[in-house]
Amino acid sequence: MTSPAPEELHDVRLRVNGSVHEVRVPARRLLSDALRHDCGLTGTHVGCEHGVCGACTILVDGRPVRSCLMLAVSAVDAEITTVEGLTEPDGSLSPVQQAFSDCHGLQCGFCTPGFLTTITAGLRENPDPSEDEAREMIAGNLCRCTGYQNIVRSVLRAAEIGAEGPASRSTDVDGGGEDR
Amino acid sequence: MTTKLFGSRVPRVEDQRFLRGQGRYVDDLLHDDPRLLHAAVLRSPHAHARVVDIDVADVLDVEGVVAVWTWDDLTGPMAEPLPLLIPHPTLTHGRTQYALAKDEVNYVGEAIAFVVATDRYVAEDAVSRIRVDYEQLPPVVGIAAAREAARAVHDDVPDNVGARMVQETGDARAAIAAAPHTLTLDLDVERSACTPMEGRGTVARWDPDTSRLTVWSSTQTSTGVRGCVAAKLGLDLAKVDVVTPDVGGGFGVKINHPWPEELLVPLAAMTLGRPVKFTEDRREHFISSAHERAQQHHVEVGFDDDGRLLGLSVEFWHDHGAYTPYGLIVPIITSTQLLGPYKPQNYRVAFESLYTNTVIVTPYRGAGRPQGCFVMERTMDAIAAYLGTDRTEVRSANFIQPDEFPYEHGLVFQDGRELTYDSGDYPASLAKLKELVGWDEFEDFRAEMAAEGRRVGIGLACYVEGTGVGPYEGAHVHIETSGRVKVATGLTTQGQGHQTAFAQIVADTLGVRFEDVEITTGDTRKMPYAVGTFASRAAVMSGSAIHLAALRAKEKALRIAAEALEADESDLEIADGVVSVRGTDASIDLGTVAVLSNPLRYAFDEASKAATQFSVGDPGKPPVAEDDEPGLEGKDFYSPARSTFANGMHAVIVETDPDTAEISILKYAVVHDCGHLINPMIVEGQIHGGVAQGVGGALYERMAYDESGQLLNASFMDFLMPYVTEVPTSIDIDHLETPSPLNPLGIKGAGEAGVIPSAAVFAAAIEDAERPHHPDLAITAMPISPSELFELRLAHAAEPAAEPAAEHAAQKETR
Repeated sequence: MTSPAPEELHDVRLRVNGSVHEVRVPARRLLSDALRHDCGLTGTHVGCEHGVCGACTILVDGRPVRSCLMLAVSAVDAEITTVEGLTEPDGSLSPVQQAFSDCHGLQCGFCTPGFLTTITAGLRENPDPSEDEAREMIAGNLCRCTGYQNIVRSVLRAAEIGAEGPASRSTDVDGGGEDR
Repeated sequence: MTTKLFGSRVPRVEDQRFLRGQGRYVDDLLHDDPRLLHAAVLRSPHAHARVVDIDVADVLDVEGVVAVWTWDDLTGPMAEPLPLLIPHPTLTHGRTQYALAKDEVNYVGEAIAFVVATDRYVAEDAVSRIRVDYEQLPPVVGIAAAREAARAVHDDVPDNVGARMVQETGDARAAIAAAPHTLTLDLDVERSACTPMEGRGTVARWDPDTSRLTVWSSTQTSTGVRGCVAAKLGLDLAKVDVVTPDVGGGFGVKINHPWPEELLVPLAAMTLGRPVKFTEDRREHFISSAHERAQQHHVEVGFDDDGRLLGLSVEFWHDHGAYTPYGLIVPIITSTQLLGPYKPQNYRVAFESLYTNTVIVTPYRGAGRPQGCFVMERTMDAIAAYLGTDRTEVRSANFIQPDEFPYEHGLVFQDGRELTYDSGDYPASLAKLKELVGWDEFEDFRAEMAAEGRRVGIGLACYVEGTGVGPYEGAHVHIETSGRVKVATGLTTQGQGHQTAFAQIVADTLGVRFEDVEITTGDTRKMPYAVGTFASRAAVMSGSAIHLAALRAKEKALRIAAEALEADESDLEIADGVVSVRGTDASIDLGTVAVLSNPLRYAFDEASKAATQFSVGDPGKPPVAEDDEPGLEGKDFYSPARSTFANGMHAVIVETDPDTAEISILKYAVVHDCGHLINPMIVEGQIHGGVAQGVGGALYERMAYDESGQLLNASFMDFLMPYVTEVPTSIDIDHLETPSPLNPLGIKGAGEAGVIPSAAVFAAAIEDAERPHHPDLAITAMPISPSELFELRLAHAAEPAAEPAAEHAAQKETR
């Protein structure tokens, strides 16, 4: 077996939560790994690395995307939001985050960032979901702790908080959001 | 004790960091340390093979590779087999693997070589360049093959039997022979696994300046890992710190230790002088951590006309996989907890624990109880069917009654102690369950559904769970001069909300504000004596220890405050962190009491100025009295004589599709008794999660091994873990609180309960739905898929006249 050629590295500019991160990565580097290990944003978790569990879900231009199924080099020019970017500008919890706390929608917290991003995008599309629609909204994410009961409640509660709060409360969490 | 927080739905303090993405799981650590190295493991592709040669020459050419280890590179205790953690006299042929395979591999996934590189991607590249010559051996896969023993997993283990164990009270076989009615059942449960969302992971850093090793591991026992690392690496215990950061779920699998990587990572960090990280990927978790559940059972039972058990004899075969690091805990639990809330007059249980060339078996939430519950509850259902009585009546006839506690079974439990139930009220629980699920109204509902051509069935299952096993846990409570309270307990946490529940206990016991209490778990620097988080023991063990330690701190605070306030201790009370003399304005902050408790020489701030030796104390006496120590602290340990026994009952209503045999859940009801509830919100969350895992285990999850020992579904794509679409849309929960007399808070464990009756309750309900159409159909193996139910229907094809096929079809068309 011959020695493998050294990997070519690419300079990539990632825009995450409103900040710019310049990273130098090989073409094969997963966006999830780049976010976690190159940008230091470890709130995005990796549960399966094959796009099934949804723990690594982030928002790319406002839409939920599995960051383990995307290469960092393909995220150039995208506006990325991770769980760290969901919090309100004043540091308070977003409606979705607050709802999870209110409803005990999390236990170990490992899958939670993926649910939070997914629901944030879901409620933007459908701000007043029925219980069935709430279930549908989270039907692509795995959680091993909660049995989903309180996550469904959290979706409904988040919609409630979103409706109660000032209009600005539920907006501008990802900087993209043309579909609001 | 004022109990304003104990029993309340206090929101969790840990949520704040989790919701902001600020949790710190093991793979998050040291990510900004440029010296951090990453490990990858070469794992066996064969279930059974001799390792003839390993060639790592090509690995060292890869840019970024720093080191590679095989067994040949290991020395001293590291070259010996991994420890057998829980030996037992009947485990006559216990075997454990090496950290890296020596001459033989015994399951697909067994670690063979360990590569450390600057990057995980590069480490994996390097692993793929290692060449191994194997001499393949015939594998033993599944219980049938292990029992047949045509081939051996280990050459020196006859018939693949690791252990044979028998326990008996009375003379079960004679009682069965003399009984008016007898039945025989064969009942099987397949393999499943914990599959926490976060797999295993370990980081280690060797500090050459202090000659000290720090290990962070995603474990359920920091102290266990610490002991193993020190022993295997030949370090003094005092040189090793183990810290368990946030853990992304455990469910049992992370109690086993040390995993090969938990030793190899620290070894590499010491050898290379750089921090090293290993993070397991999902496939690795499936093929190289641990599974559970697979057992075959043969039941013989004798009973009277009321269904009362006269004699019960159970023989079972437990698949423990390739090695036995965790001893016989799982089959011992099955053999004892199978009894549930019942009192068979004569009971005999015998099991064999068998080797197979598959992943090792260690406890998974429930730990042998789901199988035991399945066996006992299927037996109860079979007796009811045989006698033509209601299934709840057969159970009632066999319940231990409330006035019979403490109830001694005459058996030895998994902790080596007598199997003695402390408290419970099973008739009351059953009454609640019947009410909650609508048991008595179900036949009307069935008829209503039948009129629409729909098949529904109802099932129930009861269990008793030994929780809070010893030997002990401890706690240290420190009231700082700021008045803030720092509490350390040694066991670890994996999402159970311990930082909240334990702070509730401290706030109540000590009389301080909840916000002022901070709990640390799983850090051997803060509390080096601890056991671990398993067997639904954390709340009982550490909750009690924390309560006791807080009482110690309170005693001291009252003593010092009484002196300062010139009052009698019995006239003092503490609320919101202030000690006051009842009925007066005289008071003193706990922070100030902390200042007074520690005579200082140096004044470094305003508070300490007040504590210098020239300010406090009697100049005629030593600054610290002979029987006293400085500081406002309390430390204590809780060590119960035996386990406390929680219990519960579940019922489910299912619908089975007459054509496709699809199974859907219409209603799920839980009656749960874990004594006093510290935080009902957290307990209910535990039940929800357990029920969901139970649904997975009953209807979806199984380990699909082929005959060569390859695990065919080692991914979340193929191993069907429930999404929200597979779990009940609601879970109705009712609590009964029969306090435990064994601990000061009257609590029992709650963590595993939700999953225990699942296989039993679904088997019962599905069978009940099918029986009107297939009277002989019996569900004797779990999990069950729609295809398997369909096959069962074909095997029991006779449709009774009650539902003519033509009428059935006509009804369907009108839907």
